[in-house]
Amino acid sequence: MAEAAVVAANLSKRFGARVAVDDISFRVERGECLALLGPNGAGKTTIIKMVTCVARPTAGSLTVLGHPMSQANHTTIKARLGIVQQEESLDPDLSVEKNLTIYASYFAIPRRDAERRSAELMEFVELSEQRRARIHTLSGGMKRRLMLARALINEPEMLVLDEPTTGLDPQVRRLVWERIRSLKRQGLTILLTTHYMEEAAQLSDRVIVIDRGRIIAEGDPATLIQKHVGAEVVEVRLDEAEMPVSLTSGAWRSERVGDVLYLYLMAQTSDTPLLAALRGLDFTRRRATLEDVFLTLTGHGLRE
Amino acid sequence: MLPTLRAFRVWRRDLESWKRFALSFVVAMIGEPVFYLVTLGYGLGRFVTEMNGQPYMAFLAPGVIATAAVNTATFETTFGAYARMKEQHTYAAILATPCSVADVVAGDILWAATKSTLAACFVLILSALLGLITSPLALAIPLVAALVGLMFGALGMIATSRAWSWDFFSYYFTFFLTPMLLFSGVFFPADSLPPWAQTFAWFLPLSHAVAVFRALAAGHVTMATVADLGWMAAVTSLAFLVAERLVRRRLVV
Repeated sequence: MAEAAVVAANLSKRFGARVAVDDISFRVERGECLALLGPNGAGKTTIIKMVTCVARPTAGSLTVLGHPMSQANHTTIKARLGIVQQEESLDPDLSVEKNLTIYASYFAIPRRDAERRSAELMEFVELSEQRRARIHTLSGGMKRRLMLARALINEPEMLVLDEPTTGLDPQVRRLVWERIRSLKRQGLTILLTTHYMEEAAQLSDRVIVIDRGRIIAEGDPATLIQKHVGAEVVEVRLDEAEMPVSLTSGAWRSERVGDVLYLYLMAQTSDTPLLAALRGLDFTRRRATLEDVFLTLTGHGLRE
Repeated sequence: MLPTLRAFRVWRRDLESWKRFALSFVVAMIGEPVFYLVTLGYGLGRFVTEMNGQPYMAFLAPGVIATAAVNTATFETTFGAYARMKEQHTYAAILATPCSVADVVAGDILWAATKSTLAACFVLILSALLGLITSPLALAIPLVAALVGLMFGALGMIATSRAWSWDFFSYYFTFFLTPMLLFSGVFFPADSLPPWAQTFAWFLPLSHAVAVFRALAAGHVTMATVADLGWMAAVTSLAFLVAERLVRRRLVV
């Protein structure tokens, strides 16, 4: 068994007085997909930047693909990572294919191999027909897929994705997810950040929930939901009304946010008293999701 | 940090991206120096028939060659580099590969120098066709233009490393490039300036470039020419080290 892909121990990053990452420890095992989930400004991107050698840790230790993080190891580490950043960073004056072959040259991949690999990757992300197209003619989804293809050009040992589908249409998002899952099946180690719960649930084996630079929960999505929320959630639309007395106690935990009352049902909650208590109210009953975990743990307040 | 050979991959990226614009570059490249030579050469040359013992246009030509090299490199590592760093996120993309900040900065500066050399060649050929070049030593001008391009490429990169908006560059142009153009002996000999201004001019990179180009065009190479080259080499090295450090501080937080 090879060493873990990422080992972070008591890792911190401060920008002046602001603490972006606060003494966190985690591992990314080989072959797993780990999602860093958190609200905006939680420190996810800073962690990614440290792993990808563009932010220097203030304290703690970090080992990536077996190499301790240090200036001297940057080239070695980066040669074996595939990185998709949040911002679109394609070369606007190059064709789709040239974007890939030029990128390959940074890894010193011989021209022949670069061309073969580019063709395979354009096939993989369904951009073969656009190989001669210029970047500004591509849709947002195509650009994102090309970014993914570009990150795979060096056959990386670990793929690092910072908000891989932010801003994409649902259809395109699903296509990107499908491609990422296919990479996972091939055994690629993946570290991703997202603030989409569904994305974390769809892609990852394990989730680390981060808030204010600290890890507040960790585990596989199903266990996290079970542990922090339960099986089901009832959302009751109360509008301006007071909370009905019938709902104040029962086999559930309740939380009021604005005009909605959330009832987090426990596994043993039986239907009869619940339905009786809800009679006449406007409610929805659904399975608990990672989003409920997230809101339960990080609170419903706005994060801007 | 020092760059590695990977800087040439970055240079190659710049070349590939530029290919589409090559024609417009050539047109602009021929245009600007022609305007200088025609307006000043014919316009001013009518009143100033001779300067430093040369016909005015022959005096002016090396200065215009140097100016073309300076402007080309400057635009490349100010507006060009800023777009790549801030708008297109190209630097971030390249830093996600084995390339270091030193490689990216060096690659872009090398590319700026390449364009400077091309620009200088155009103006040199044009000047030669107009009979303004009298010495075969002028064949060394493209080589010196490469050094001038490296120097101004590195200086422009320092400005870019500090730039937080496009407007920032108007300071660089207004308070550095424009006075430099006027004090560096492009349009008239620097030694006709008062002593304080001559001292000031010594600190301006362009005055050394103009002096070397003029010496080569007229075939009067002296120890002073060697000293000018040494000055430029030293400033170029220093400017590169400063630029790399500042860009690194900005991109690797």
